[in-house]
Amino acid sequence: MKPTLTIFKRELRSYFATPVAYVFIVIFLLLAGAFSFYLGGFYERGQADLQPFFTFHPWLYLFLVPAVSMRLWAEERKSGTIELLLTLPVTLWQAVLGKFFAAWAFIAIALVLTFPIWLTVNYLGSPDNGVIFASYVGSLLMAGAFLAVGSCLSAATRNQVIAFILTVAICFVLLLAGYPLVLGAIGAIAPQGVVDAVAGLSFLTHFEAIGKGVIDLRDLVYFVLTIVVWLYASTVVIDMKKAA
Amino acid sequence: MIETRELSKRYGNLTAVDAISFKVEPGQVLGFLGPNGAGKSTTMKMIAGFLAPTSGSASVAGFDVETRPLEARRALGYLPEGAPSYGEMAVREFLDFIASMRGLDGDAGERRIDDAVGRLQLEAVLEQPIDTLSKGFKRRVGLAGAILHDPKVLILDEPTDGLDPNQKQEVRSLINSMARDKTIVISTHLLEEVHAVCTRAIIIAGGRMLADATPSELEARSRYFQAVSLSTANVEQAKAALSRVADVAAIEIDPQDQRITAFPKPGRQIFVAVSDALKAQNVTVRELALEPGRLDEVFRSITQGAGGKGART
Repeated sequence: MKPTLTIFKRELRSYFATPVAYVFIVIFLLLAGAFSFYLGGFYERGQADLQPFFTFHPWLYLFLVPAVSMRLWAEERKSGTIELLLTLPVTLWQAVLGKFFAAWAFIAIALVLTFPIWLTVNYLGSPDNGVIFASYVGSLLMAGAFLAVGSCLSAATRNQVIAFILTVAICFVLLLAGYPLVLGAIGAIAPQGVVDAVAGLSFLTHFEAIGKGVIDLRDLVYFVLTIVVWLYASTVVIDMKKAA
Repeated sequence: MIETRELSKRYGNLTAVDAISFKVEPGQVLGFLGPNGAGKSTTMKMIAGFLAPTSGSASVAGFDVETRPLEARRALGYLPEGAPSYGEMAVREFLDFIASMRGLDGDAGERRIDDAVGRLQLEAVLEQPIDTLSKGFKRRVGLAGAILHDPKVLILDEPTDGLDPNQKQEVRSLINSMARDKTIVISTHLLEEVHAVCTRAIIIAGGRMLADATPSELEARSRYFQAVSLSTANVEQAKAALSRVADVAAIEIDPQDQRITAFPKPGRQIFVAVSDALKAQNVTVRELALEPGRLDEVFRSITQGAGGKGART
């Protein structure tokens, strides 16, 4: 566990050693605000809740999380530090987890910094804070799932741009897996059972379910499993690609 | 101790490392020599546990690198090719990170870091981001990371690459000072380095091990070994005198500086005979020298023809 923690700390600190962290946080906060107020009609709706705020999180994450995850392994491979890291007394899992949790913590920090909007809505009315809390949890879980996908694809290439684009593409499909755009395409070539299975994989349906204020065990398990599976895939890809 | 048994790495049809077996004991400094792409780095990566061998095995301090990777890595200090490090970190942060990964915390860690910093003279740059350092400093930071936990076994891939002559000298004396109780393997393509630090040299090319000997044994394979060279104003007369010496097998004259080299018949020593013959013929020489073997010549004759077809290092 100790090496995981050491890697976690090093990674998290490295985000703040470069402008990446500040640029990311500022853009995230600006966009989150802009979307809620202008596109979401935060005031116009006249309701004391944060639904307009959370609705846009998946779309924000779609572009911002891959920007964080693209460097996770691609950079290590490009600079050769992967050889340094993986010849230290650390298992591949510990390294993958340390890096993943650091990136996740970083996004959590950005998410926590949106707290003024929570204060605002409490000042303006009396929202259901349980629902808001659940939505935050759901949002963070979804960000984790995006990151895990990004971790795997970052391991697959030493080119960060490719890692970014692939992650966006796969996350987009996973987001919309429950929607006609994806289901229609799959339905044309696969039986109904497959279509249902894919529909069950949708980030968006599970996120929206949590956003209703009920943290259902199934939704929780879904996100945790998604994260574990993609992180496992990361370890496999890293092991395979090391030789190349 | 490092031991490899039939260690091999294949990429598809390409054999990068072909059944290399050797054993290095504590107190030995083994130099890995070979042209670029010979398989030196690939072999080191496998011993360090970064690459899995296609077949064969390697062990570090008695631990098989595949079945007991963590124990093997704990006993090992490894400087990868190019001395990679995290550029955005300050030198001290980086060394703290390595120490923590090695389980060296608190006072013990501090002491080890101070020791490594002192040995590699990094005091002046401790707070600087590694990205801003010169190539020589970066390499020394990498070396400091490799020796931080005072490992029993050290594998250094081109430890002096990119250093200026003074720094090269310092790193070599560092390696010499650690050699007594450690098992050290370095790779290099500087033949002078083999002389300066290695007690043993392995030459590989095309993934195959072609020689395993001490530097002086290698030199003895040179055709220059025990040859006598001289320079004189009277080239023709000297040549005539030399050709009369019984044990001289061949005489060559350097077309550029007219230096004459007399090669002995195998196993013979000709220095005394040559100097006597010159005296007898009244040939005055500006200078007369007994040639040591030439490692570069041995290196060339061993590695050429063996084919440097391995595409990776």
